[in-house]
Amino acid sequence: MLEPFFVRAIVAGIALAVVAAPLGCFVIWQRMAYFGETVAQASLIGVALSLALRLDITLGVVVIAVVVAFLLLWFSRQQVVAIDSILGLLHHAALATGVIAVSMLKGPPVDLMGFLFGDVFAVTTGDIAWIVAGGAAVLGVVAWLWQPLLRLAVHEDLAAAEGIDRRRVRAIFIILLAVTIAVAMKIVGVLLVMAFLVVPAVAARPLAGTPERMVLLTAIMAGAGVVLGLSLSATMDAPGGPSIVIVMSIAAALSLTAAGVMRRR
Amino acid sequence: MADQDVRAAAAAANARSHDDGHDRGVTCSQGCAAHAHEESLGAIDPTALISARDLGLVRNGRDLLDGIDLDIRKREIVTLIGPNGAGKTTLVRLLLGLETPDRGEVRRQKNLRIGYVPQRFDVDSVIPMTVERFLKLGGQAPVSRIGAILDEVGASHTRQQQLSQLSGGELQRVVLARALLRDPDLLVLDEPVQGVDYTGEAELYNLIARLRDERGFGVLLVSHDLHIVMARSDRVVCLNRHVCCSGVPETVAQHPAYVRLFGTEAARAFAVYRHHHDHSHDIAGAAHSADEAAASARHAPKGNERA
Repeated sequence: MLEPFFVRAIVAGIALAVVAAPLGCFVIWQRMAYFGETVAQASLIGVALSLALRLDITLGVVVIAVVVAFLLLWFSRQQVVAIDSILGLLHHAALATGVIAVSMLKGPPVDLMGFLFGDVFAVTTGDIAWIVAGGAAVLGVVAWLWQPLLRLAVHEDLAAAEGIDRRRVRAIFIILLAVTIAVAMKIVGVLLVMAFLVVPAVAARPLAGTPERMVLLTAIMAGAGVVLGLSLSATMDAPGGPSIVIVMSIAAALSLTAAGVMRRR
Repeated sequence: MADQDVRAAAAAANARSHDDGHDRGVTCSQGCAAHAHEESLGAIDPTALISARDLGLVRNGRDLLDGIDLDIRKREIVTLIGPNGAGKTTLVRLLLGLETPDRGEVRRQKNLRIGYVPQRFDVDSVIPMTVERFLKLGGQAPVSRIGAILDEVGASHTRQQQLSQLSGGELQRVVLARALLRDPDLLVLDEPVQGVDYTGEAELYNLIARLRDERGFGVLLVSHDLHIVMARSDRVVCLNRHVCCSGVPETVAQHPAYVRLFGTEAARAFAVYRHHHDHSHDIAGAAHSADEAAASARHAPKGNERA
């Protein structure tokens, strides 16, 4: 069972789990799950552009994800329609555009399913290098901005009144999110990226008493989800990314149910 | 600096007469921006912690705030009063830089440390956070002071609890503790006693006034609850989209603009003396002279534009 492709998948998955943990926590703390979803689905457009222009796919996806994220941020300033309605609309539009763009590419046929759901067993050593390097950079910035990020997540107005530059911190966070999405896309695909970030954080929440412990538990949950999910996938010959997400979702359901039972007592 | 403190304190006590002799005991405004300018004399006051000049904010084509001039100095407790929809919280947000004005400017002293207690503090239970951790997050205060400050605001039993488990009153006290722990130059309290019972309210105001005496910070207090607040204020600013009147509490309570906004009851409870009205607000909040305003609304209009 421990063939090289399997080992590579496990290593990449665990590395990603560690990187995604703080991002996933901040996404749910700041109620940005839908925001991230829209950015993730729009990144398929980045895939199409990179293939058309023969650029590195990860780079293309990062650029498109950042651009889309800032457009969304700018868009959310209007106060006519609630932002979740707009995101609900836009993430479908973004996905549709991406699928059309990929299908219109000339040249060899593109593995659309691979981009949508990830192809974790096709991860190369080069991909792992991307994940480790990009991930280390992301974690470094998160550690550096930990205090202001946390203060803004707890209460944005309070933090801003106390002198935190919220625009700057938020802009940096969005770039981090875009990089994480681009890197994670290889493993779980544009449709499941946010699940990879959000689901372990949800599972960790009832078990954590401090923000730091929640991040740690999220990383452990996600790592365990990767190992169990990939094992399940290998045994049942099921797709890797979706298997990981299923295992994580079961963990989240159990954790939330347990928390509900405990609270009632 | 000490010099300024003394002057500010003295000025606050004596109905504020300014260097140029302009009487600042109370000012009123009829239209009202033009008159409101008289209070501030136009120029930015360099000794003020925070200064606003001619602030205006427009939303959906309506003036939410117009022609606001305001200074808050060290050691001064300024209370902002006004009916619902008068723009009190909006003005606070402009002063704090949380929103950008459409007209005018706000000057904050360089490196001004602000302690802020917002009107609403919704805690999202999705972030695990104890009270102690929340207090540490506010600044560089040493852990040793956390117990003392929680004692002072009457919330020491909450120290190890999760923020999301606190009642509204406990949360207000904890947020106040965080603001105080920051050793602020300016304490901004937007209706700080919501959810706190009546005796608790008096205690909190006593605490704020005492700490002001000890530490010399300026205080901006927003309230629609008048008596306890006004008695402790050095200056009261009565707001209804513009500055209707401002001055020491006793004078403002007698001011016709105040009487019209809050009704005769409130004014009588504070002072018996009344004088003739110079202007009033109609149901849309527009200012009228006394003659045409005989039948104007006693209670303040809510959420209307000013003519």
